[in-house]
Amino acid sequence: MKANGYVFKYGDNVDTDVIIPARYLNSSDPAELALHCMEDIDKDFIKNVKKGDIIVANKNFGCGSSREHAPIAIKAAGISCVIAETFARIFYRNAINIGLPIIECAEAAKGIEAGDEVEIDFDSGIIYNKTKNKNYQGQSFPEFMQKIIAAEGLINYINTK
Amino acid sequence: MGMTMTQKILAAHAGLTEVKAGQLIEADLDLVLGNDITSPVAIHEMEKMNVKTVFDREKIALVPDHFVPNKDIKSAEHCKCVREFAARHDITNYFEVGEMGIEHALLPEKGLVVAGDVVIGADSHTCTYGALGAFSTGVGSTDMAAGMATGKAWFKVPSAIKFNLIGKFSKWVSGKDLILHIIGMIGVDGARYQSMEFVGEGIKGLTMDDRFTIANMAIEAGAKNGIFPVDDLAKAYMKEHSKREFVVYEADEDAQYEQEFTIDLSTLKPTVAFPHLPENTRTIDEVGDIKIDQVVIGSCTNGRLDDMRIAAEVLQGKKVAKGIRCIVIPATQKIYLDAIKEGLVETFINAGAVVSTPTCGPCLGGHMGILAEGERCVSTTNRNFVGRMGHVKSEIYLASPAVAAASAITGKISCPCDEE
Repeated sequence: MKANGYVFKYGDNVDTDVIIPARYLNSSDPAELALHCMEDIDKDFIKNVKKGDIIVANKNFGCGSSREHAPIAIKAAGISCVIAETFARIFYRNAINIGLPIIECAEAAKGIEAGDEVEIDFDSGIIYNKTKNKNYQGQSFPEFMQKIIAAEGLINYINTK
Repeated sequence: MGMTMTQKILAAHAGLTEVKAGQLIEADLDLVLGNDITSPVAIHEMEKMNVKTVFDREKIALVPDHFVPNKDIKSAEHCKCVREFAARHDITNYFEVGEMGIEHALLPEKGLVVAGDVVIGADSHTCTYGALGAFSTGVGSTDMAAGMATGKAWFKVPSAIKFNLIGKFSKWVSGKDLILHIIGMIGVDGARYQSMEFVGEGIKGLTMDDRFTIANMAIEAGAKNGIFPVDDLAKAYMKEHSKREFVVYEADEDAQYEQEFTIDLSTLKPTVAFPHLPENTRTIDEVGDIKIDQVVIGSCTNGRLDDMRIAAEVLQGKKVAKGIRCIVIPATQKIYLDAIKEGLVETFINAGAVVSTPTCGPCLGGHMGILAEGERCVSTTNRNFVGRMGHVKSEIYLASPAVAAASAITGKISCPCDEE
C-alpha cells in the first residue's frame, strides 16, 4: 500500500481544537467536518488540499480532546497520511481505528518542507521525498494495523474477521 | 519486577498476574462512557457491527453534557440519537437534562466509578476518576463502540512518572495550581503515553475535589491516566456515593518509574496558564497587568462544590467589575442545589455573576459564553488552545476558582491574596 502527495507542514502540539474546532462538532458528517479542517491555524488548507496530500508536523500532533472527528476530518479532506515526530496517544488510536495512516518519524518531520512531493510505502515504512530525493525510514505498520487501515477502520476489520 | 498501581489494576482486568510497561493487553471494562458529541459517532459505528445489543446495559453511561440544553438543531439531533439509542438498549445510566451534569463530575457523584475499576470514556477527561483509585482513560468513538459491544478494550500498558507530594497548600492555593505547576514543569507531552501516579503525605491535605481536578488534567500533560492512592478520605467518599464494592490496589515498593518528582505543596503559588498552551504557566506574581473581558467558573475541571465555595468566598459582598461577564456553571444538578442551599448562588447573583445550568458550554466554545475577536477570558477550564472558547484571536488564561473570582472583581488577572 502506498501514498503519494504534496506536503502541508505544521509545528509542535497541533491540537484537535484546531484540527476541527468544537463549534463544528454539532455535525458528525465527514464531508461537513472536512470543510473546516485546520481552519483556525491554516484557513487556506481546505482550499488547497488535494486528494492524496500529506500532513507533516513536529511533536505531539493531535493533542487535546478525544474527538474522533479530528482524524475523520483530516481523512475526509483527502489527506492520505500524517507524518509527525510524535503523536498524542488518543489521536494515534483514533487515526488507526478509522483507517487514517499515520507514521512517527522525527527525521522526516524535520527534513520535509511544505510543498515537497512525498511518497510513502506502508509495507516498508520508507518515506521518499521526491522533491529533495531523500529517503527516511519510518516505522512500518504491523500486519494487523495494515489490515485495519486497508479495511478503512477497526469496525470494518472486525466485521470481516 | 514490581508493578505500579495502574499496572496492577490493568493486570487484574486482563486476568494476568503480572504486566510490564509496553505490553499489549486486552482488559475487561467496568464502565464505558460517552457524551452527546462522541456517542452519535460511536452509535453509528456500533450499528455497522454484527452485534444486536450492548455487552451490559448497566455498565454504559451516556451523558449529554457538551451542547445541552440543546444549543441548536444539529445538537438536538445528536442528543436525540443518544436518547433513542439509550431507550432502544434500555441503558440504565442515561442522564437526561434535569438529572444530568458534566460527565466527570456526575459519574463519581452517582457512585458509578469506584477504586479498582477500569473505565474508558469517549472524552479525553475520563482520566478524572484516577482520584478514586480507578484506572480510567479517554478514547475515541470507535473504541467506545467496540467497548459497548464487547465490554473489552486493548491497551498498551503504560510506564509511569511518580509525583511525591509533601507539605500543605497555602491559603488560596488549590489542586488546580498544583496540576498547572506540574504541566508547566513537564510540558504538554511530558507524560505522553504514561501514568502520572501521585503519592506522599501531602495527599492527606488534598480534598476529593482537589484530587478530581488534578487527575482531570493529567491528559493536559499527555498522560494516559493520573491516579491517587485510596486513603480514608477516598473510601469515605465512595461509601457515601456508591453501593458498589471497591478494590484497593497499591503500587509495589519496587515498582519502576521513568521519572520521580517531589513537590512541596507549601511552596506553590496561584498559577495561571497563558495562551495558547496549558504549559505556558506563570505564578501570580509573574502575571503582570492583564485586562480581561470574561470569567468562567465551572467545567469538569473546576465546577464542583469546593470550587463554588471558594469562588463565593472571594465574591462575597463584592461586585463583578463593570463591563466584565462572570459566568458560573455548577457541574451537576446536585452541586447546583447544594450551592443554592448554602447561599452561594445568592452570593454570585448579588455580585453580578450569571449562574448557568450544568453544561460544558463555553469550555470548548460550544455556547454560554463564546469570546469575540481580541477578547480575553480567565477560565477555570482545562484548555487554552487557539480558538477553543470562540474567535481564533481570543485568549484564554487558565486558573483556579480563587484567581478567576478575584479577576472578575478587578477586571484583570488577580489573586484574592492581593487584598490581604
